[in-house]
Amino acid sequence: MEIKNLICIQCPMGCPLEVEMENGEVVKVSGNTCKRGEVYAKKEVTSPTRTVTSTVKVENGELPVVAVKTKLDIPKSLIFECMAEINKAKVKAPVKIGDVIIENVCGTGVPVVATSNVN
Amino acid sequence: MFNLKENYDIAIIGGGPAGLAAAIGANEAGTDKEDILVIERDVKLGGILNQCIHNGFGLHTFKEELTGPEYAGRFIDKLLALQIPYVLDTMVVDIAEGENGLKLITVISKENGLKVIKAKAVVLSMGCRERSRGALNIPGFRPAGVFSAGTAQRLVNIESYMPGKEVVILGSGDIGLIMARRLTLEGAKVKVVAELQPYSGGLKRNIVQCLDDYGIPLKLSHTVTRIDGKDRVEGVEISQVDERLKPIKGTEEYYKCDTLLLSVGLIPENELSDSLGVKLSPITSGPVVNESLETNIEGVFACGNVLHVHDLVDFVSEEAKEAGKNASKFAKFGKTNEENVIALIPENGVRYTVPSTICPENMNDTLTVRFRVANVFKNKYVSVYFDGERVKRTKKLILAPGEMESVVLKKEDLLNKGIKNIKITLED
Amino acid sequence: MLYDVLIIGGGVIGSAIARELARYEGNFCLIEKNEDVCTGTSKANSAIVHAGFDAKNGTLMAEMNVKGNEMMGEVAKELDIPFRRNGAFVLCFDNKDLNSLQDLYQRGINNGVKDLQILTREEALNLEPNLGDSVVAALYAPTSGIICPFALTIALAENAADNGVEFKLNTPCEKIEKTDFGFRVYSKNEVIETKAIVNAAGVYADEIHNMVCDNKLKITPRKGEYILCDKKVGKLCERTLFQLPTKLGKGILVSPTIHGNLILGPTALDIEDKEGIDTTREGLDDVIAKASLSVKNVPVRSAITSFSGLRAHINHDFILEESADNFFDATGIESPGLSSAPAIGIYMAEMVAKKFSFNKKADFNPVRKGIVHASELSNEERAALIEKDPAYGRIICRCEMISEGEILASIHRTLGATTLDGVKRRTRAGMGRCQAGFCSPKVMEILSRELNIPLDEIKKNGENSSVAVGKATKGGI
Repeated sequence: MEIKNLICIQCPMGCPLEVEMENGEVVKVSGNTCKRGEVYAKKEVTSPTRTVTSTVKVENGELPVVAVKTKLDIPKSLIFECMAEINKAKVKAPVKIGDVIIENVCGTGVPVVATSNVN
Repeated sequence: MFNLKENYDIAIIGGGPAGLAAAIGANEAGTDKEDILVIERDVKLGGILNQCIHNGFGLHTFKEELTGPEYAGRFIDKLLALQIPYVLDTMVVDIAEGENGLKLITVISKENGLKVIKAKAVVLSMGCRERSRGALNIPGFRPAGVFSAGTAQRLVNIESYMPGKEVVILGSGDIGLIMARRLTLEGAKVKVVAELQPYSGGLKRNIVQCLDDYGIPLKLSHTVTRIDGKDRVEGVEISQVDERLKPIKGTEEYYKCDTLLLSVGLIPENELSDSLGVKLSPITSGPVVNESLETNIEGVFACGNVLHVHDLVDFVSEEAKEAGKNASKFAKFGKTNEENVIALIPENGVRYTVPSTICPENMNDTLTVRFRVANVFKNKYVSVYFDGERVKRTKKLILAPGEMESVVLKKEDLLNKGIKNIKITLED
Repeated sequence: MLYDVLIIGGGVIGSAIARELARYEGNFCLIEKNEDVCTGTSKANSAIVHAGFDAKNGTLMAEMNVKGNEMMGEVAKELDIPFRRNGAFVLCFDNKDLNSLQDLYQRGINNGVKDLQILTREEALNLEPNLGDSVVAALYAPTSGIICPFALTIALAENAADNGVEFKLNTPCEKIEKTDFGFRVYSKNEVIETKAIVNAAGVYADEIHNMVCDNKLKITPRKGEYILCDKKVGKLCERTLFQLPTKLGKGILVSPTIHGNLILGPTALDIEDKEGIDTTREGLDDVIAKASLSVKNVPVRSAITSFSGLRAHINHDFILEESADNFFDATGIESPGLSSAPAIGIYMAEMVAKKFSFNKKADFNPVRKGIVHASELSNEERAALIEKDPAYGRIICRCEMISEGEILASIHRTLGATTLDGVKRRTRAGMGRCQAGFCSPKVMEILSRELNIPLDEIKKNGENSSVAVGKATKGGI
């Protein structure tokens, strides 16, 4: 049996969560005050994901970069790989909020989209 | 761009989230679009949100998670759709009271030169600024490489330059935490985040996702006691502090770094308000306002971070919309009733309330009273007393200074009841 | 090129001497080790034009101070810089010290200071209602004034340069050789030949002196720490409030600045490091504690910055002399050096001119036009200015209301700014309550654009003080 410790981020309480795992399966979550803590803990220990936000170089724009994000969460383990792809990308102005910058980042199927406008 | 007219019903100072929502609110309340003007000093609408490229905005308002520019974008699109006039790259250098209660607003810009415009009502929505190193009196040299977190954020996210490679952050406010992750993603090494208080002022989520995810240590009850480096920062000394927040000798630790970011608090930017004679609260540094979010100067309203520093932009938008509506009402009907004023009294851990007075006749059906607490409290009740009689009691598992709290009051409970004061307090 | 005179040091003293020498015919050059003028002692001091009652009778210090004070009004007018005689009090906190206050009064009279009077507590309170409770009497010196030390130094230097003095920045004096024609001065990348040298090197003046002279000097950098407060508390007092030295040591001053801030300080600590301009917890605490004697409710929470400066302390007088053949010293210039600068300029220039029989120039122009401060203009004037040059309509520093036009003017003028601090000292952009938080990225952009250098090569001040450290990695570069 394996035990993982987490801090719940669902509210300012910040409950210290203890997750008991067996063969990669969550057996028990304790330390949480409410149900949301349990749901969070299960997800966080089995498949943690994050939205990555950054900037991408713009050519011929009024600004040198445009803000971007992964349209959905991607696996936490891929954050730096995702950043490497974002850092390689370039777009030409104009760019609008929602424009797809990278169609499928790190093979996740998730696109990276612009989150600001650059003319 | 719009041509500047000489007269407006409502002039809105600042085109950030507060100003945008105020303009939309005023228009929705019936003020003709042509009679509203939003004055923005930057070259873009949206204010500081434009550099807040991280996500986490708008959950309350749009039920989805947006980044800063996306959140601002929604409001900008609406403003454009409503065709509400605005001017950019334009600074308000003075607001004064003119004849017949009109406000004289002196603006300057490259495009329009210096103009004095007249408005029946003014909405103050200038936002806030960051506390600087000087305000903290941190000893040491004054080299390059000491940035407020927001300045560093602008440098990375807008100009795309790095403020440094090895970074120490003082203050665990959300901007500091966000910048710890941002700089890490851009290849810098964030060595430590030091926080003077025994608790973080930032959201738990940001502590986990901006620090823990990247193995960045957070040192509570620590502060920077010395900055080293004559030309560029070469290192900082961090010390533990006692209960009185004074550094403890012998606890010094030295961190080699080329950059010190400060995320040590925000101050409503009220120099214009002050010069107009607006009464400011020593606690919030923002204007003292009534239920209409109107200041002591008739027809001058305030909202957003210039009124009091908010935790979530959603609440800024909500509040600003109300300010806009109230300004619209004022522009149409003039002076509001000032009888039967009820004083709001914050007590026992409640630091302040916005508003600080209520005239029930002027209320909408409900009024959201916002406040912050002075410390971290667990398992407390937020109680509301009308003239000493408890009328409301809400259990809170946790209250923290970083989070804005609120209670909602109903007009029907206050109107013609002869209430003199309303106390908001924390109880066991 | 063989110069007639080489001035070493671009502080207020070197710049004042340069301006006075420029009245004569000759080839004059000033070298400064840093990237700009006004980067040493001249940039970090009390910014006071002392009345002159403090220096011992019969000293050069007393003579220069009183004369410099008298000259300052005219100099400020010629150079288009702000200066105000706000008057000063020396506060006495104990009846036992009244004799010392009387001595100071007498010393001032002997030095030729005008209009001195001793005030009772009540009389003093009438003029300064916020005085501390323990004040028992005060010496009042109406001729004391306040000035911006950056403005004075930079204006003196600009006017000198406009009148033909060559300024070489980033040019430290590393070695001096005596030659048959005078001196050969070695710097980083060049060798400068000159018939005469004027040493105005501030805290480094001993090192320069010792390169040439047999009698060795030792300058002790005496550190003074200051706290600067927001303009909103700038009216806590109208006059400069000094303290009568007591058994607790030399006091500190509380004063409005010429731009309306409030300044507290300095401490006095002898140190070794000539670049030791760091502040310390103890020093800043000391400033606050002592300021609380002079005024009630010291506005500690309104501090916007703290800084420290070094006085070039040798003995208790200035050294203004020809210390070796054709080697002139203006050394040991500690307080009241700023006040004395115009007088020292004349004194030294005359000394050198006499030695070399320089002739007066016919076309010396003492008038210098400063940068227009648009926010101080009337609405009509400001509107006209923006119409003429729209850059004055774009505010860059919102705390001090400094426009792009002012920043451009500071870059594109004689001895123009090349760094953030250079812009700040010429325009005040970044000197306000947010301490450059909002405007520094914008000023960096302007500097980068106007000087055609990449943003990450823009410095705060010296060579190693880049603000940004390279681009964020974008677009695969």
